[in-house]
Amino acid sequence: MAPIIRTEKLTHLFGAGTPFERAAVTEVDFAAEKGEFIGVMGHTGSGKSTFIQHLNGILKPTSGRVLLDGEDINATKASVRKARFRVGLVFQYPEYQLFEETVEKDIAFGPKNMGLSDEEVRERVREAAAFVELPEGVFQKSPFELSGGQKRRTAIAGVIAMKPEVLILDEPTAGLDPVGRKTLLRHIRAYRDKTNAAVIMVSHSMDELAECASRIVVLNGGRLVLDGDARSVFARGEELKGLGLDVPHITRIALMLRGMGLPLDASVRSVQEAADAIAALKGGGRGA
Amino acid sequence: MTDVILKTEKLRFFYRTGDGLEAAPALDELDLEIERGSFTAILGRNGSGKSTLAKHFNATLLPEGGSVYAYGMDTRDEKLALEIRRRIGLVFQNPDNQIVSNVVEEDVAFAPENLGFPPEEIRSRVDEALSMVGMYEFREHAPHLLSGGQKQRIAIAGVLAMRPECVVFDEPTAMLDPKGRDEVVQIMHDLKEFYHTTVVLITHHMEETVDADRVVVLDRGRVALDGPPREVFPQVERLRALGLSSPVTTELLYELNRRGFRLPLTELSEEGCAEAIYRALNA
Repeated sequence: MAPIIRTEKLTHLFGAGTPFERAAVTEVDFAAEKGEFIGVMGHTGSGKSTFIQHLNGILKPTSGRVLLDGEDINATKASVRKARFRVGLVFQYPEYQLFEETVEKDIAFGPKNMGLSDEEVRERVREAAAFVELPEGVFQKSPFELSGGQKRRTAIAGVIAMKPEVLILDEPTAGLDPVGRKTLLRHIRAYRDKTNAAVIMVSHSMDELAECASRIVVLNGGRLVLDGDARSVFARGEELKGLGLDVPHITRIALMLRGMGLPLDASVRSVQEAADAIAALKGGGRGA
Repeated sequence: MTDVILKTEKLRFFYRTGDGLEAAPALDELDLEIERGSFTAILGRNGSGKSTLAKHFNATLLPEGGSVYAYGMDTRDEKLALEIRRRIGLVFQNPDNQIVSNVVEEDVAFAPENLGFPPEEIRSRVDEALSMVGMYEFREHAPHLLSGGQKQRIAIAGVLAMRPECVVFDEPTAMLDPKGRDEVVQIMHDLKEFYHTTVVLITHHMEETVDADRVVVLDRGRVALDGPPREVFPQVERLRALGLSSPVTTELLYELNRRGFRLPLTELSEEGCAEAIYRALNA
């Protein structure tokens, strides 16, 4: 299946040609297919945020290309504009992006700019709010009156209302408590399940990525250094540590048990999976 | 004989909305005592009152009802505010919001400078604070070019330049990557172990708190659970009901027990957890 979005030798230099020139992203080849849930990891300064801002045209490559459905998004002004609606980007702490008088108007901003009719815009707002479980009772409130969690959901609804085919989220659960994190991840997965969008999620939480992502991509010093299915990437604990990252806590425990001689699959991705795998060892004894 | 340095008595606090007082109190007749030299973790879901409580410890917020005593001083007494804040430092979540200068050592010198200390005194405090956080080699760097973890360490150094006896950390690792988080957690433990600083840590990350002396869980402005980690974290269902979780180790042991194992839920460290499982499988 052809990827919905792809980068070819994507390079971005800050301050190109000046004494302060710095390569933030170097020759990154990346592709995402519809319906994939891809986790992006990397130490602070690895180029993750710079990279993802190329995918919806906010940043233009110094060299290399970004292709949406095979077409260069930076070919014309019109193609960049279209990319902004088809590729939705939710920044970190998205509540800082809220600006309108009412929640409804803020969520409607994107769809309105897409030239949809009033009725379609209203429908989009309702759908998007329902997705993030934002009650219609807050529609007429000022976004600044809401709780932190509601503000965040409003900001995300504003992006989902455009029905992007590629949804990119930069550390969406940063600052949320455990319940908040679980709920938000559930909403993101529901959006992907319903629309078959490609979801690209930047995260420092190995545990979250282990749960949600089927594929992991690792950036280091602006380069793509690892790209594979989540299980195999997380099984490479030492390598990840060397890249300033870590493996999920559950993987660490599984690796320890393997180190003690237990024939345990160290690519377990959740507490439930690990408990099942360990319990299976009890039944038949070692080597079963 | 316990030596209590922070004490709240029936502490009440409301955040005000545009039209008067909020319906539910952020802190609801909360009683809490913190002992000198201890490492206390305060947990709770968003809205439970933890950050609000943290800000009362050094008189950033003042009580609507009840009282807060810091080293025996009533935080409501304006004349004592400066002394209270010298003894109790507060570190926030966002490093960028705590750094004001273009040069690391100038930022760390900010507080002592404002208090008019002599230059040699400022110099030695800045050097000491930067060494304590492992950032002395970066003293002439520009803060905005540092990583999140490094910036947060500078922010901590800025607080340490005041030689506080107690430091309250309000979700200090929320915006940091795993490496940065480890650095900050290490500093908090070093402060307690080597400098005998009283540490209060407000966080969502359970794994950061397994080595704390005491864990206090807040719910709707009141204390819901209070005890050493080995007593609090095994209460898996209760913590879930309070909108939290237990560390991964506890959750794994709990799930195994539901599958017929008999494992102690008090093994919080990854090594202890793995060893307990290994022993059970080889019994």
